[in-house]
Amino acid sequence: MIRPGKMLVQVLQSLFKKSATSQYPFKKSEMPAHYRGKINFHPELCIGCKMCERDCPSNAIKIVKVGDKKFEAQFDLAKCIYCAQCVDSCIKKALESTKEFELAVLDKNKLKVTFCADVKKDTDK
Amino acid sequence: MRKVVIPIGPQHPALKEPESFSVTLSGERIMAFSARLGYNHRGIEKACEERTYLQDVYLIERICGICSHTHSTCFVQAVEEIAGLQVPKRALYIRSIIGELERIHSHLLWLGVAGHEVGFDTLLMYTWRDREVVMDILAELTGNRVNYGINLIGGVKRDLEKQHITDILKSVDILEERTKYYIQVCKEESTLIQRLSGVGVLSHNDALSLGAVGPTARASDVARDTRADDPYAAYDELDFKIVTDDHNDVYGRTLVRLGELMESYRLIRTAIKNLPEGLISVKAPRKIPVGEAFSRYEAPRGEDVHYVKSNGTDKPERVKVRAPTLANVQTVAKMLEDGQLADLPIVIAAIDPCFSCTDRLISVNSSKSETLGSMKWEDLRLYGIEWHRSKGMDFSAINKKLAERL
Ligand code: SF4
Ligand code: SF4
Repeated sequence: MIRPGKMLVQVLQSLFKKSATSQYPFKKSEMPAHYRGKINFHPELCIGCKMCERDCPSNAIKIVKVGDKKFEAQFDLAKCIYCAQCVDSCIKKALESTKEFELAVLDKNKLKVTFCADVKKDTDK
Repeated sequence: MRKVVIPIGPQHPALKEPESFSVTLSGERIMAFSARLGYNHRGIEKACEERTYLQDVYLIERICGICSHTHSTCFVQAVEEIAGLQVPKRALYIRSIIGELERIHSHLLWLGVAGHEVGFDTLLMYTWRDREVVMDILAELTGNRVNYGINLIGGVKRDLEKQHITDILKSVDILEERTKYYIQVCKEESTLIQRLSGVGVLSHNDALSLGAVGPTARASDVARDTRADDPYAAYDELDFKIVTDDHNDVYGRTLVRLGELMESYRLIRTAIKNLPEGLISVKAPRKIPVGEAFSRYEAPRGEDVHYVKSNGTDKPERVKVRAPTLANVQTVAKMLEDGQLADLPIVIAAIDPCFSCTDRLISVNSSKSETLGSMKWEDLRLYGIEWHRSKGMDFSAINKKLAERL
């Protein structure tokens, strides 16, 4: 039947339903298992092949040699597009995507993250 | 009655993207309409030439925030053709499934926007709530709500697991139920029918002669769909049926999109049922042999075309993109001919435009028809001020007042 107010019934029913929006940020949002969030680096696995650096579409990652077989990764989170290509390119699985997505900061410098290789432990030995 | 020319945009509160329209009015009646592209050019085609094929996939994907899978698939298809790669069947099916999920999210988004443009915001709220279902499933499958990053030259990056398949089927059931309801609303809600019928009419012949694509063409009863005309991915095995309508107006475009939603659900179910086992990608060489290829893909907005030329290195020689909006934008002038000014927003919205995807570089020729060459930023600014002044828009008095007040 053609008449106006076709959605009215549904709208009125919604009055008595739980709201569809979530209460973020008061209630944390859970990301799916394979979410492509902030990249994590495991220095102990890295062999310094720099494949990640070469394939990164936005020049966001830099691998620096800091000691004998020790490498650190410098990330520019502002440049990173979270494509996880570096994770796929790394044959040693030294990089991984995490579920972390709340990366907005007020201070730009905080977007430059360095994952240090544990140099101190090396000298202790 | 005296004719008035109103410029709309490039910066205008009612426009979602910077684009310049000029409307000639006689009273409320539109006498002429013209659109001018070039305010959102990002130089992606050129940037592609400076990156490797692998990096280009991500760049190309970011041409559009809605049809991201469209562009990346269209691009990798072209590269795969040049390299002569045999993409595994399973990968092709996964591409089709993601492509259809993307279409669902795009069409639901459009339905909401269309509702909003005609003042039916209830429709916007409900369709966008339901759209979350498909966004969540895309995030689960690919790791992100948009820019899925699932394509790879030679296949796809992620496989569908058992759990994913159950989740997709569950979501498709929910969405199908909802879409049936929206179809009922669109076919029975008298205010909506009256608001959209006879608005933005594009006759069958005009659609053909102006080269309309996608739902814009199909609502004028042009049975044109790349999925049927030139099947890519797994469409040749999915028994795809083109959805058309003969209303020729915005109402018809609404019905076509709703019909396509139902078709998408069916395609996803068929694809999942026939999903072949096996590999999801083959190894692609970093250097692509010399060659060129042309690839087509049916985006939610119409046919998307990519052209890639390689020169034997790991970077392409030329990449050319034609997004569907470029094919459809000419039709808007025809649709608005003799229309009402109040219909302008919905008629533009009905082609589901994506102006930044379609944007072109405009080279400015001087009246002596010699190119001006490169311009300094300051010169360009002065040129802009002069250009507007010649059109009768002089802001110098206002600027002076503002400067005095500061
Ligand atoms: S690809 Fe992996 S192993 Fe190679 S430099 Fe990068 S993080 Fe290290
Ligand atoms: S996620 Fe992508 S953009 Fe970010 S560092 Fe890795 S390759 Fe580069």
